[in-house]
Amino acid sequence: MNIFDPLTLSLIGAVLVLLGAAEVIVWALRRSPASNIDAAILETFRLRVHAWWILLAALAAALLLGRVVTVVLFGLISFWALREFITLTPTRPGDHRTLFWVFFLFTPLQFVLVGTGSYGLYSIVIPVYAFLFIPARIALAGDYKRFLERTAKIQAGLLICVYCLSHAPALLTLKLPPLADELPDTGGGVRLLFFFVLIAQLSDALQYAWSQLPNKHVIVPAINTTRTWEGLLGGTVSVTLIGAGLWWATPFHGSNWWMAAAMAAVISLMGFAGGITMSAIKRDRGVRDFGTLVEGHGGVLDRVDSLCFAAPVFFHCTRWWLSS
Amino acid sequence: MDTNLARNILALLARFLSGASVRWIDSQPDTCQRVYFANHTSHLDPIMIWSALPPRVRMLTRPVAAKDYWTKGPVRRYLANQLFGAILIDREEIKVHQSPVDLIIREIGHHYSLILFPEGGRQSGREIGEFKSGLYYLCKKRPDLELIPVHIDNMNRILPRGEVLPVPMLSCVTFGPPLWLEAGETKNRFLARAREAVRSLKEIRDEG
Repeated sequence: MNIFDPLTLSLIGAVLVLLGAAEVIVWALRRSPASNIDAAILETFRLRVHAWWILLAALAAALLLGRVVTVVLFGLISFWALREFITLTPTRPGDHRTLFWVFFLFTPLQFVLVGTGSYGLYSIVIPVYAFLFIPARIALAGDYKRFLERTAKIQAGLLICVYCLSHAPALLTLKLPPLADELPDTGGGVRLLFFFVLIAQLSDALQYAWSQLPNKHVIVPAINTTRTWEGLLGGTVSVTLIGAGLWWATPFHGSNWWMAAAMAAVISLMGFAGGITMSAIKRDRGVRDFGTLVEGHGGVLDRVDSLCFAAPVFFHCTRWWLSS
Repeated sequence: MDTNLARNILALLARFLSGASVRWIDSQPDTCQRVYFANHTSHLDPIMIWSALPPRVRMLTRPVAAKDYWTKGPVRRYLANQLFGAILIDREEIKVHQSPVDLIIREIGHHYSLILFPEGGRQSGREIGEFKSGLYYLCKKRPDLELIPVHIDNMNRILPRGEVLPVPMLSCVTFGPPLWLEAGETKNRFLARAREAVRSLKEIRDEG
């Protein structure tokens, strides 16, 4: 893995320019007294930009240090997201030992398998073996109250927070086509992962920005009042254009630019699906953010819900397209 | 290993594993002599409060713990004696001339603060149990001690009664405003007031 090839550096440069521009916009809006933008919205945006700086720095550092560090970084994010998910989910004392194995066996195992690139194993170990283990272990604990409900809750947490998110670092293990001049594409996996995280985070932000338009057609008012058709369409079209503009940085460079554009659109739509699913869970539990659930925590799950849903789909689309 | 270093490492580890956030509500960390009293659901509770305190306060704070649990095995003995400087109370044999309250007062002198759990044992439900009278007699003899109510949230899910291995869920330690035993206050009224102080911290969390 080589982060110092010119394409990767250009991509990181492009991200720095985008983030710098976001900082300048926030700074200008805060300064201008005539601004009619809601201060709360501006504050949300400012905090998000700061979260991206941290994410970018962590990702760049991990990529620089190699595949193992990157996989460990995503493993820790998964672990923390699962903590937030399970803390929010009511479990019973009978689930205690099942949860122990979920946290300390299946979560690390998934990332070890991803790190070694064992596609045949990491694509089934959770949805088959862990999903059979969970109900059996709960049954052994002898508490049958709301049995299926408790099983499903733990399975959903493991699937979304661990299995799905682990497909993001798995991008580094894909076999990529050689570059135009027949050189092996050593930095391709890094750029693919970078492209994915960048587009997912941008689509989050742009969907939010577009939904601030005065005309609002809320998609599912009972679940989330900030997600509108304007946000979804405007955000998806915007990131599709950005994705097309970054086609040179992805391993799709051998093909037409529309491949990168289509991938960006898929990431945006899956990100929306992730956001709305998490909103439904939060509504049911009566909280606004996973972060406020336990006072003082950043709310990792709030930041990565779109990544969780988009990662496996992006991974499989890329894998299928590169092998065909 | 250097004891202070070991203390700091243990505190960091406890903070990470329990994912604990710490809040001070109408209250500030201070090195003056205090009694931190909290609800009790897990063996990890003393470590939770101890690690939530800033290092300079932590050095002066000693948990009150059950002798039968904390003298079992070399690891627990090392933790209790060397790291926490725990004041161990014999729950089986309470002697008249050697009451736990006298022992505690002798141990803390005019220097150390205390962590104690007035419910006596660990509770299995979500409700806070009735407070035992020890807290009252302690304050009767040392009315100058500042009482800080502490609420520990979610520890009953991280390490419930009867389990050995913890599940790393997130928890929250809340410190509340100080209170004192008032002149002429009866035992029952004082204990009810102290219990209510801990319970009210739980409600602040639920609103947030």
